[in-house]
Order: sequence, then structure tokens, then C-alpha cells
Amino acid sequence: MSELVVSGLRAAVGGQEILRGIDLRVESGQVHAVMGPNGSGKSTFAHVIMGKPGYDVLGGSVTLDETELLDLPTWRRAQAGLFLALQYPTEVPGVPLEDALVEAVRARDDGNVDQVHERLANEAARVGLEARFLDRPLNVDFSGGEKKRNETVQLGVLRPKIALLDEIDSGLDIDALRAVSRRIEDETKENNLGVLVITHYSRVLRELEPDVVSVLRMGRIVATGGPEMAEELERTGYAGYDDDDEGEVAPAPSRDAAADPFADPLL
Amino acid sequence: MRPLFREMSSFTHDTAAELQGPDWLAGRRAAALERFDDTGLPTEQEEIWRYSRISELDLDAYSPVTGDGDGGGETGIPEDVRSSVEAVGAHSGLIVTRNGRVAHAGLDPDLAERGVELGDLLAAPDGDDLLGSVAAPGTDPFTDLATAFVAGGVLVRVPAGVTVDAPIVVVHWIDHDGAAVFPRTVVVLGANAEATVVERYQSADVAAFVDPVVELDVGDAARLRYANVQELGPRVWQTAYQASRVGRDAELTSTAVALGGDYARLRTDARLEGRGGSSRLMAVYFGSAATMHDFRTLQDHSAPQTTSDLLFKGAVADTAKGVYSGLIRVRKDASGTNAFQTNRNLVLSEGAGAESVPNLEIETNDVRCSHASAVGPIDEEQRYYLESRGVPPEVAERLIVLGFFDEVLQRLPSPTLAARLRERLAARLGGEA
Repeated sequence: MSELVVSGLRAAVGGQEILRGIDLRVESGQVHAVMGPNGSGKSTFAHVIMGKPGYDVLGGSVTLDETELLDLPTWRRAQAGLFLALQYPTEVPGVPLEDALVEAVRARDDGNVDQVHERLANEAARVGLEARFLDRPLNVDFSGGEKKRNETVQLGVLRPKIALLDEIDSGLDIDALRAVSRRIEDETKENNLGVLVITHYSRVLRELEPDVVSVLRMGRIVATGGPEMAEELERTGYAGYDDDDEGEVAPAPSRDAAADPFADPLL
Repeated sequence: MRPLFREMSSFTHDTAAELQGPDWLAGRRAAALERFDDTGLPTEQEEIWRYSRISELDLDAYSPVTGDGDGGGETGIPEDVRSSVEAVGAHSGLIVTRNGRVAHAGLDPDLAERGVELGDLLAAPDGDDLLGSVAAPGTDPFTDLATAFVAGGVLVRVPAGVTVDAPIVVVHWIDHDGAAVFPRTVVVLGANAEATVVERYQSADVAAFVDPVVELDVGDAARLRYANVQELGPRVWQTAYQASRVGRDAELTSTAVALGGDYARLRTDARLEGRGGSSRLMAVYFGSAATMHDFRTLQDHSAPQTTSDLLFKGAVADTAKGVYSGLIRVRKDASGTNAFQTNRNLVLSEGAGAESVPNLEIETNDVRCSHASAVGPIDEEQRYYLESRGVPPEVAERLIVLGFFDEVLQRLPSPTLAARLRERLAARLGGEA
């Protein structure tokens, strides 16, 4: 049993405080959805947990099974059992997927790279990623759907304890979304994966059913509840979850939902 | 220009006269040495040598290899080059020079029967015509120096209409300390011929000066794939010149790989002289410690409807330096030209640096030209992406740099050579010498 515990996490980008004290838990086998509008700090939250350069942690802690992740470089956090599926997976020219995963597995204490090749093929088949993508440079000339299937393949091979999925549904058609969601759901059952799914829209949560839903606004968790909260958000939008202190801080950048090409007309 | 200290120098008419060679060569040597004496050694003041370290070259610290007993006259394939021959995989011919002299030559007998030649340039009946037929005298002082002291050359000649499937391998091995070596390679493809030539420059850990001249003559509608792999030792200076002439509807694909040397320069002039000819020029270079790799390129279009495409990619670590300076010249008869030039450099440490200077000189309308250059560190997003999978930082860097080079390596004419070079680069990026 593993547990990711975020307590009082505060972080800034370019001097502006984006995360203003986040408390949250995800445990093995659980799907915890963090929902929030644009500019609420969702992607910042994911990157701060993963340790992306350029984010300044101002306070708080993030532990995975007693290990303080904030003290570790990014790759050590991944080795500790954390995985981040990016909203926009980065293209890495000339670097095949298998080479990257072999090196990630090799760096483990018990690293055995013999099975990576076979597991990659199995995982690709499970999410419907054609085998020819496995030999291509990472994400180069992949469609949105192929990129997300590819992230899911990596998750399947690396078998993290806790996975952060940052807007996993953006750029996905419904078939790809189902394939990706089913694979992640299976992983929660087969290998007790804990999932933190970060999303603007409830669409993904119809495929990947959450056990817990938290609402992120203005860098804080303003409400936490059961799966019914996602449906409620779909009806009412985020307006009902305004942060009490909203008037006291500078507005977060770009909260205009109309600017989002993936904007859900229901919200 | 810097004068040589003649009283100390080995680069004299007397030394040149001591070198063996056919009768016609004596006059050529003397004329070349006179031109060299007139121009002298260059300095960084000249634009074509800007950013280089040429003033640090102490030519008088080296001497031409004049006779037997100094590693110049031994024949056979030196043990040290066997693995690099194997790395190319199946091949149709092999010629090895040692300290500038031909030590071994062997060609598939079927090809010999069809008129393909592989042997010592200086022994060829028309050697006088071939030497300098593409690399014009007076282009560069080091080319004249090379002609004055050439002690052996490589001739690869494929008659019109003949296709040579497997690569012809040329290995230059230098193991004589203090040697000044002047390897010369002439490749001639007749009309509609096709061949692949892989040339490798390697040395023992000696102090040496290597001044290669490579002349590529690609006849009308011929197709030449040429690779030049430089893995000289860390105490070797190189001033190389590669000149090519591409005929009507002919294609040249040339890839340079530079991994070694103290200062290693390669000047590449690619002349498109026949309508519809094309050249694709590529390079990868990786410098570590205090190495300087210095590339000068000229894409010279003198015929209409010609195409040249250049992609040079380099990485510098430690205190290594990279220099790229390239010119696209479109002469007034070369309408309908397409010419592209891209140079990208990764700077892997604070002490390392790279210069990139692209230039265009266009004398006609109706051309499509572009150039791009970049010098910068490894992309942070790429590094973060790999690290977020659990790849350690130094391994992520190695993967990204190898990936950066792959665009060129995957186009090498020998996949086994490409695989070997990837391994070599991976080891070097991992800190091996």
C-alpha cells in the first residue's frame, strides 16, 4: 500500500504564487480527480510534484511512502514510484521510446532490462498503439491520440506506484480516451496503481471513474467529495466553488474558458 | 601570413626531392612548394581562418615521412585498423595507407574485371592528370603543402555505367610520432556509375600533423555516396580539404564524422557544374577535452537547376570548441537553384563554445535558398521529459545528444558503421576518451 501525501504545498512561477497551500492524498488503487478551470494551477500542481525546473517551491511537503519528494531531483522522484503523463508530451528527436525506457529501468536498484522489449509490445497492443510507433523517435510526428496512448504504454511498462495524469483527455478522440482510461483503470486493479487525474472537464471521468473528486481554484483545494461532485460540476460549472479569498490575490493568468480550444460547451 | 623558420624546417625542396614518386611528380612538388612558400601559413586575420587556432600550429615540430624504417614503408594491414574495417561490414574493396603510404590494396576481382580501379594514385599512368584535377592548386596553402609532400595516394575509379554495390573502404593509419602526413584520395566516377566510399582517418596516440586532400569527381548522372570518419588521436592536428565536382544530373551524398584531433579542420567545397546535379552534405562532430573542430563549407552552384542541401550538427563538451562557417554561392548561370544550409550546435558545458556563420552570395534571380544556424544548450523540456520517466540526468543528456546526431548517422551509407559510431559516441558522451 502506497500513499502520496501533499501538505500545505505552496509554489510560485516567475514570482507569482500559483499554489497557495494544497492538501491532498492519493492512495494505492484509488482514482483521485482534481478538477479546476483554466488558470487554477492544475498543470503547475503536476509539475511541482514532478520537480520541473522553473517552479519555486515556497513551502509544504509531498511525500510518497514517507519519502520527501521535494528533496529529490525529478528522476529520483520517478524512481521512487511517481509517473507523470504530460498534457503535451515532449518530442525528443532521434530518441526511440525503448531506449528511454531501458535507461529508466536500468537506473533502478533492481533494474532488469531484459523484459522491457516484450512488455512494450504487450502494452502497445493493450492500448491500441501500432507497433511501428515503438521504433520512432519519442512523440515526433505523433497525433494527439498517439501521444497519449504512448504515455499510457510507458506507464504500463514502468509500473509506478502513483500516476499523475495531466489533462489526459486533451486532444483525444473517444476511442483513444476509452482505450487509455481502461488501461489505467486495469492498472489500479492489477497492480494497485494510485491515480491523480488532473482535468478541466468531466468527460474523462465518465471513462476513468474517480473515487474522490477535489476542486482546485486559485491554487487551493476548495472542495472534496465523491464521484457525484464531478456530475454536479458539469451542471453548475466552477462558479459555485469560488475561493473565499479571491479578492485578495492577483488573478491567475488566462481563466477565459473561451480561449481553450478543447472548451467543453457544457461548462 | 607567417614565415616558416627555414633553417629549422623539414618542409624544403631538398626534403621533397627525397620522397619517392614518379618522374612527373617532382615538378608538381616544386611548383606547389613555391606557391606555399609565397603564401606562407595563414593566420586568424583571414576571414576563412577566423575563429580557428591556426596560429598555434607549429609546423616545424613535424617532418615528412621520407623513407623506410620510420613506419613509412611497411606493408600489410596494421592490427589497429582491422576493427575499423570490420565495422563497415561487407565491402568490395579495401585500401590502407600507413603514415601516408599505401600499405595494402585489395579489390573484388569481379569489379577489377569490369574496370574498377583501386590502388596507389601515384602509380596510375594518368596520375599527373588526376592529382589536383578537382582540388585546384592555389586554393588553400595546405593543399599546396599536401601536393609538395605527398608520398602516396589512393585512387578509386569506377568506369562509366558500372555499379559497385558494397562500400569501398579507405583507411589512413598514422602511428609515427612527429610525422607530417599528406594523405591524398581521388575518387572518379564515370558517367552513370555508382559507388560508396567510406574513408577513415585514425592514429595511434602520437603527435602528428595530417593534411589530407580528397578529390571527388562525380561524372554525369553518376551517384557517389561518400563518408569521411575522422577518429585521430588527441595530439593530432588536421587541416583537411575535400573538393568535389558534380556533373550533369549527378548526385553526391557526403557525410563527415569528426570525433578526434587536437585541432581538426575540414574544408568542404562542393561544386555543382552540370545542369540538374545535386549534393547533399552532412556532418556530425563531437568535441571533448580541448579539441577544436573547424568546418568551412562552400556550396558552389555554377549550373542551372542544381540542388545542394547541407546539414552539419555538432556538440561540444568540456572546453571543446566548434566552428562552422559556410557559404552558398549561386553564380549567374545557375538559375533554378535550390540551396539549403543548416548548422546546429549543442553546447554541453560552460567552458565549451561554438561559432556558426552562414553566408549567401547570390548572383542570379530565380533561386530558392535558405540558411539556419543555432548554438545552444540541450533543450530543457526534452531533458525534463526523459527525467520524469526515471532516466538519470547524464543518461538523458547522452540520449538527447545521440538523438540529435541520429538525423545524420541514420543516413550513413553503412548501417553497421552507423551502429559502431553510435556506440563510440555513447562511450564518449559517457566520459570515455
